[in-house]
Amino acid sequence: MRMQPNPAFSGSPVPSDSGSESAKVAIELSDVSVTFGRGERAVPALSTTTLRVADGEFVALVGPSGCGKSTILRLVAGLVQPSTGVVILGGREVAAKALRIGMAFQNPTMLPWMTIEQNIMLPLKIVEPYRSQFRKLKRTAFRDKANALLEQVGLKGFGRRFPWQLSGGMLQRANLCRALIHEPRMLLLDEPFGALDQFTREELWSILQDLWILHRPTVLLVTHDLREAGFLGSRICVMSARPGRILDDRRVTFSRPRTVAMTFEPDFVALNQRLREFIVDARTAPAEGAA
Amino acid sequence: MPEIDFRQKAWSAGLIVLFFVGWELFCLITGMSDLVLPRPSQIIATLVTRFPVLWPHIIQTLATTMAGFVLGVALGVVLGAVIGVSRTAYDTAYPLLVGFSSIPKVALVPIFVLWFGSGTVPAVLTSLSICFFPIVVNIATGLATTEPEMEDVLKALGATKFDILWNVGLPRTMPFFFASLKVAISYAFVGAVLSETVASNRGIGNVMMTASSNFNVPLVFAGLFVLAGLGVALYAVFAIIEKRVTGWATRKNDLITT
Repeated sequence: MRMQPNPAFSGSPVPSDSGSESAKVAIELSDVSVTFGRGERAVPALSTTTLRVADGEFVALVGPSGCGKSTILRLVAGLVQPSTGVVILGGREVAAKALRIGMAFQNPTMLPWMTIEQNIMLPLKIVEPYRSQFRKLKRTAFRDKANALLEQVGLKGFGRRFPWQLSGGMLQRANLCRALIHEPRMLLLDEPFGALDQFTREELWSILQDLWILHRPTVLLVTHDLREAGFLGSRICVMSARPGRILDDRRVTFSRPRTVAMTFEPDFVALNQRLREFIVDARTAPAEGAA
Repeated sequence: MPEIDFRQKAWSAGLIVLFFVGWELFCLITGMSDLVLPRPSQIIATLVTRFPVLWPHIIQTLATTMAGFVLGVALGVVLGAVIGVSRTAYDTAYPLLVGFSSIPKVALVPIFVLWFGSGTVPAVLTSLSICFFPIVVNIATGLATTEPEMEDVLKALGATKFDILWNVGLPRTMPFFFASLKVAISYAFVGAVLSETVASNRGIGNVMMTASSNFNVPLVFAGLFVLAGLGVALYAVFAIIEKRVTGWATRKNDLITT
């Protein structure tokens, strides 16, 4: 078992001291900045940022739109190279792509010519050690694996359907399954529930929480929804407007599993209020604030 | 909805019959000379009586068309894949391709004849040069429209460019590809006949050319009928294959029935 900040005690959120991480570090951004383009057209997307995420932690990134939240995800995924600084994952620099990462976006991007099962199994076609066994096991063990995940997200029996036969919420559940099928140690979620209605979204929060408790990957979740951040995160990082930097980094200590009802309790509402103030400030004065 | 489907087909068939009946009646009523516009019944009769003579030419035209088509598809797929995958290749090669595609292909025939002599080779090459362009464009478009999120998901898994091309890009391109095949097969046909008309002693194009210089107008029209028939048949073959392979892209009709 990996170490995990104990979520079992409840209480009001406290500021974290991210320097004294005792658990194994899964993600480490050291003085990373990202600038897109060159010369006069250069657009700074992320100003010098340092972020350390422990193994098995669930970190929610919130902030005004266009502040570089997604850039952090893309850095971790190795899709963007840092202009300065280094990105280290599980003790290795991100250039070595051997790390297992699962990603999910707001757009579920299920391939329309495949069934849901086949879509979910797609990462197994790509990632070793599954890749070399794919032909042999795609009709047996891998399919069972996909269906077990589908059952965990409440989509039992939908494996043989095609994507167009499912609703947006169902597709997003399948999307989570696809992100988890290869048992990634890290899950990168970019506003996965952004396009869903309020009730579906809350339902999926619980599902994602259950999946996290069960599989314990390190999660980076980018979201606009402060309730979502408070519900799901073990830790919340608030970012400033572009070029982004981390303004506030706090631990969320509500006990797990959290319920939607909890999000209306005074402590939770107070946390939301604090986060909101940070973001309102960040929108008006991007250069201010502590890193 | 089979009922509507059937009615639709009945209308189509009705229109075709009406067209030929109208044509026949028009010729009979106006007393049109068959040197100008023969009646459909005369044309069919010519077609039947001359069929043994026409048959080798039909085979010739069909063979050159298919050869040009297959080569054109191969060339088109390769070029389209290169252009669709690489932005740089796209920007570099596109102006040249557009320039080439806007040349009237009739103008190429004399050059091919100059290089290879008259006969089969120029016909194949004309057919190739006329049919590869729609394939290039469609393959490139299909590949270029792959969702960026999908690519990111796969790249984060460590997928190579080839993995992405094989698992996402190519299947996604299939509907575009088959749509372009239907266009390309018609084009290939045009190219082959064109070249036969100008420089060949075999093929339907040549038969029509010879017939018209002998004022055998019914035979000219018989040639046209053969071409139309072949064109429809080839189009139908690819339409059927398309439906089989890329049914997922036209699922909206199924959604209503199931």
